[in-house]
Amino acid sequence: MLHMTVGRVGSLLTRRGVMALTSGNVRMASHGHGVSEQADLSLPMYWDRLDTPLPDKAYKDDLTAADKSLKQKEKGPWTQLTNEEKIALYRIAFKDTYPEMKVPSHEWKTVVGGILIFIGITGLIVIWQSHFVYPPTPHTFAPEWQAKQTQRMLDMRVNPIEGFATNWDYEKKQWK
Amino acid sequence: MSLQKPIMRGLLAKRLRFHLPIAFALSLIAAAAFKYGVTEPRKQAYADFYKQYDAMKEFNGMKEAGIFESVRPSGE
Repeated sequence: MLHMTVGRVGSLLTRRGVMALTSGNVRMASHGHGVSEQADLSLPMYWDRLDTPLPDKAYKDDLTAADKSLKQKEKGPWTQLTNEEKIALYRIAFKDTYPEMKVPSHEWKTVVGGILIFIGITGLIVIWQSHFVYPPTPHTFAPEWQAKQTQRMLDMRVNPIEGFATNWDYEKKQWK
Repeated sequence: MSLQKPIMRGLLAKRLRFHLPIAFALSLIAAAAFKYGVTEPRKQAYADFYKQYDAMKEFNGMKEAGIFESVRPSGE
């Protein structure tokens, strides 16, 4: 890795990160989107991302004759393009529109379910641990010891201004 | 299909002009609330405690309870 410049590492990580995060590459059919195959990560890629708007290449690689003539017309003044032609040019360059990208999926249910499953497994491990691993509770947790401890704290006047000993009435010898 | 040209400049300045006075006001309110909700009552609590504080009485109370090692209760 030492021979790589920082820039190259950055762009490599960007592409890898994009591959991992591309919403169009979701592999679970139950999430409600199409399944796509792995692309060659060494070539310029196309992506649909809300936060990175302009991909490295256009969406359509193989243009029909009509598409090619439209791209020629695009080289002239754009005011001469009809609205349908503008939309066709968009669809050549991009796969989804922003509203189509923002369509919600069912992925959150998988995520929440997975979180809860692992929390549950952790809970089972914790219960097993508290039964089989922990040593016996120290004797200082017994109620008699706790009572003697509290009495000693009151005798010492622990935090007598705003804290512990302010709750005890020293004249009447009871809690306030 | 002719949209109005969107605002291209001064976006940060506009945001700051809106948010900075609010941020300053909220910070001052937080500081004042802490001063008059926490520190002033605490100073008053300390003042009231020491106004009627009899150190020897407290010391004797602690001594009789038996918590000191250097001086034992009067009974022993």
